[in-house]
Amino acid sequence: MQQLTYLGLLAGCLVVTAPLELVLRVRVYARWRRLLVAVVPEFVIFVCWVLYAIDQGHWSYSGTRTLGIRLPGGIPVEEILFFLVVPLCSVLALEAVRKVTGWNAGYPADQAGSGR
Amino acid sequence: MSYSALAVLAVVGVLVVDLVVYRTRMVTRRVFWVAYAIIVTFQLLMNGVLTGLDVVVYDPGTIWGPRIAYAPVEDLLFGFAMVTLTLASWAAVNRRANTPRRRGFDTDTRRSSTR
Repeated sequence: MQQLTYLGLLAGCLVVTAPLELVLRVRVYARWRRLLVAVVPEFVIFVCWVLYAIDQGHWSYSGTRTLGIRLPGGIPVEEILFFLVVPLCSVLALEAVRKVTGWNAGYPADQAGSGR
Repeated sequence: MSYSALAVLAVVGVLVVDLVVYRTRMVTRRVFWVAYAIIVTFQLLMNGVLTGLDVVVYDPGTIWGPRIAYAPVEDLLFGFAMVTLTLASWAAVNRRANTPRRRGFDTDTRRSSTR
């Protein structure tokens, strides 16, 4: 069970934010292609950062609180998922605030059915 | 480079991307800061668990020292850079996709599905 600590936290993030898509209908999952494109710069830069940090010994990961699956460079599989899950939740939060308040975010609001 | 130095560099880099490269100007928008306030609350929670339970352990020699909810303060800079880069990229992608193109001047002949 201990090994599921990190993975469980990530799953928790997805569960907690799910109502934003399902109830508030912010249409972030619905625009999954755009989301993938938007996540690319963050994913590339931060995964490189982590690989450097592991190499330099800036931080390390518990072997007992992660699944123990390490990818090349010693990065745990959960850490890779972190750089996908957290951006997704962040975009959900932004779209939720925008939908509730109607404040300008610098781009035209999405209309239902236009998700690409 | 230490974690501290990289974290400061990341924040500066992300501000340049948001304000100069994309010109999405997210850091000037109220909607961004309210969303960020919500995100940083959950970040402190999640980071607290990750560092409190020693899922991630930091080398004391590479950080300034002060901690918030078990995590080095540098994590706030790391998180800010990560979230801001993501949201600015999301804004840039949507600005491009949602802005109606001028009829007749459209080099993309596919009918816009944003209208």
